[in-house]
Amino acid sequence: MATQILMPALSPTMEEGTLAKWLVKEGDTVTSGMIIAEIETDKATMEFEAVDEGVMGKILIAEGTEGVKVNTPIAVLVEEGESAEDVAAEPKAAAPKAEAAPESSVKADAPVAAQPAAKLPAVPQPDWPEGTKMKSMTVREALREAMAEEMRGNENVFLMGEEVGEYQGAYKISQGLLDEFGARRVIDTPITEAGFAGLAVGAAWGGLNPIVEFMTFNFAMQAIDHIINSAAKTNYMSGGQLPCPIVFRGPNGAAARVAAQHSQDYAAWYSHVPGLKVVMPYSAADAKGLLKAAIRDPNPVIFLENEILYGRTFEVPDLEDFTVEIGKARIARPGKDVTIVSFGIGMTYALEAAEKLAAEGIDAEVIDLRTIRPMDTATIIASVQKTNRLVTVEEGFPQSSVGNFISATVMMEAFDYLDAPVINLCGKDVPMPYAANLEKLALVTTAEVIEAVKKVTYR
Amino acid sequence: MAARKTTEKSNVSGEELLKYYRDMLLIRRFEEKAGQLYGMGLIGGFCHLYIGQEAVVVGIEAAAKDGDKRITSYRDHGHMLVCGMDPKGVMAELTGRIGGYSKGKGGSMHMFSREKHFYGGHGIVGAQVPLGTGLAFSDKYKGNDNVTFTYFGDGAANQGQVYESYNMAELWNLPVVYVIENNQYAMGTSTKRSTKSPNLWERGAAYGIKGEAVDGMDVLAVKAAAEKAIAACRAGDGPYILEVMTYRYRGHSMSDPAKYRTREEVQKMREERDAIERVRELLIGSGQASDDDLKAIDKEIKAVVNEAAEFSKDSPEPDVSELWTDIYA
Ligand SMILES: Cc1ncc(C[n+]2csc(CCOP(=O)(O)OP(=O)(O)O)c2C)c(N)n1
Ligand SMILES: [Mg+2]
Repeated sequence: MATQILMPALSPTMEEGTLAKWLVKEGDTVTSGMIIAEIETDKATMEFEAVDEGVMGKILIAEGTEGVKVNTPIAVLVEEGESAEDVAAEPKAAAPKAEAAPESSVKADAPVAAQPAAKLPAVPQPDWPEGTKMKSMTVREALREAMAEEMRGNENVFLMGEEVGEYQGAYKISQGLLDEFGARRVIDTPITEAGFAGLAVGAAWGGLNPIVEFMTFNFAMQAIDHIINSAAKTNYMSGGQLPCPIVFRGPNGAAARVAAQHSQDYAAWYSHVPGLKVVMPYSAADAKGLLKAAIRDPNPVIFLENEILYGRTFEVPDLEDFTVEIGKARIARPGKDVTIVSFGIGMTYALEAAEKLAAEGIDAEVIDLRTIRPMDTATIIASVQKTNRLVTVEEGFPQSSVGNFISATVMMEAFDYLDAPVINLCGKDVPMPYAANLEKLALVTTAEVIEAVKKVTYR
Repeated sequence: MAARKTTEKSNVSGEELLKYYRDMLLIRRFEEKAGQLYGMGLIGGFCHLYIGQEAVVVGIEAAAKDGDKRITSYRDHGHMLVCGMDPKGVMAELTGRIGGYSKGKGGSMHMFSREKHFYGGHGIVGAQVPLGTGLAFSDKYKGNDNVTFTYFGDGAANQGQVYESYNMAELWNLPVVYVIENNQYAMGTSTKRSTKSPNLWERGAAYGIKGEAVDGMDVLAVKAAAEKAIAACRAGDGPYILEVMTYRYRGHSMSDPAKYRTREEVQKMREERDAIERVRELLIGSGQASDDDLKAIDKEIKAVVNEAAEFSKDSPEPDVSELWTDIYA
């Protein structure tokens, strides 16, 4: 019986890939475990091993083909003696596996799903002069460029973390940096977060400007004592003698199907701590400008990235030295009926909701907080004074959320302007489940944003 | 491979060897199937396969008795299969279905079975080491003679909490066997790039803990070493460290491009050191089993794995109400 070989999913976030190269040709014998093709995923080029044995009957997708969706048949394996022609005539018979994947549809709706490259609406951008030439780049490239530029400009800036060098970064943010800057400045560490975070704080006191990459912020929990007790508080405790110019950065929040210990948003956690600055960009321009500003900042900066956003493309100003001031929110979409405040990946849902609401005649103003601490509450208050309604959107847990702080601030400073109770949308109050259907329910969604907006606008 | 211990094989019965063959093959076929289901999108997130390391867990568990506990990292499928957990329940957890050991809420990295004394399934590198030490503490406290196997990787061995655990374990003579599964890589970092300690087991000496290196591609050597370590623990002379030298054939997880080692290096290991092949040769060479006997076992195992895969596809997703259960006890 012939067996179809399907385009494999080779990473948690892969929806499609490029069939870079076939390593077997039609007629070749294939054994289990044999590497038969090279496939480019969203993160890397992977070797694809055969599971079943047989003879390569027919190659259905030619090498070099881009955008091959996961689970598309790419070749047919036949048994010794069987002809590929017979097989080509009966492709359905060999496809029980394709049907066996009801989940792929669920997966397609997961937050990772092929969301269109986000285009920021054309509103005045105070971050760069009007008429500036723009270039398209992914958040990943923007972060890389920010680090490279700052490392070129300041000999004391170095990058340290797990797999940042020879592996080129677990999420490929530091790709190429080892080549350019060498092992003195791009430093692979053992798996020892408490140790290297503390070491980096010491190095900052010693006059260097460390960028510490946590493979993900979940692992920064191993090091949180040094982040808070050593990095954040010592300037104060020393009467201003020991500032700590350091950036702690890495992906934060849920990726896709990686369960409770690997899916958590730390925005609210770090925002609690005096002495820290907390930045969480959404667009590539903000990722670049804010990371450059963070590296130059004389204080410890927690820089929260997002794995799902890494691959998204945005317009970035093509300037020699582009920075974005820490502590300034951005009005991503002006509107008059309701204010939606979000940050990081939450902006995806906020903007999508605003778009859909516009079609229903509700004109939402969307504010991208960008910095969680110190927070630009003035921009929020000014907006609420205009719209009189507020919804906040974030991925973290509900209790003591960033939204809670915003609500309290608005109540204290603009109570009389509110026409409806503020709604704080958050992730659900549960550890992140692994099951596809439950994970979807645990995350905040565009539909929930729309529902909340309708509630505060009494529609 | 650093350690290569010779073991007496004369006193090993065919029956026993066949059991190890069967257990190791079950892990390998199960993992191959898991890899396949991942490729089809039925398994998501991180999935770390155990292929190549089968002799470690099979050898250690061969020396265990009922009541002993075990705990490990995210690379946990093999440990669960060998301690008697149902392949169907394990595979269904991988697909995130209600029939899985954690009702689909934990996934590949987080499964548990109180009944089989399997305490996970932990995603934070090194975290299982103090946890395993605490399991051993509970047995010592209660005064029974159970032992806890605390498995961790060569990469995890650099986490500070490992050494905090060592110190307490020796201070209080806890019945814990630390099993360092040294597969030579922590993701893309070879042990040569993460430490200058020539031997990880020797680090225990600083705390007064006995230990040794073991050839992890030889299930009999692993079993012999485990018997010694366990005997010491049961006699109140724990803890004990076994650094088991092994190798993972697959990438770190399903999304690892594995550019940090050559294809030849992997191929050489597979061809020259494979633990399953080794037992197969022993069985055939000594006449304790025929080719046909082994073929029959292969077939049997394939059926078990296929049944698990079918179950994992047929088992429904958890009911949406499960989102809100189990948050508190
Ligand atoms: C505290 C922490 N840091 C980093 C990671 C990411 N990570 C997962 S596995 C791994 C490598 C671990 O290697 P090793 O201990 O040798 O175990 P192996 O994967 O080889 O079984 C890393 C860095 C993590 N899960 N937890
Ligand atoms: Mg390892």
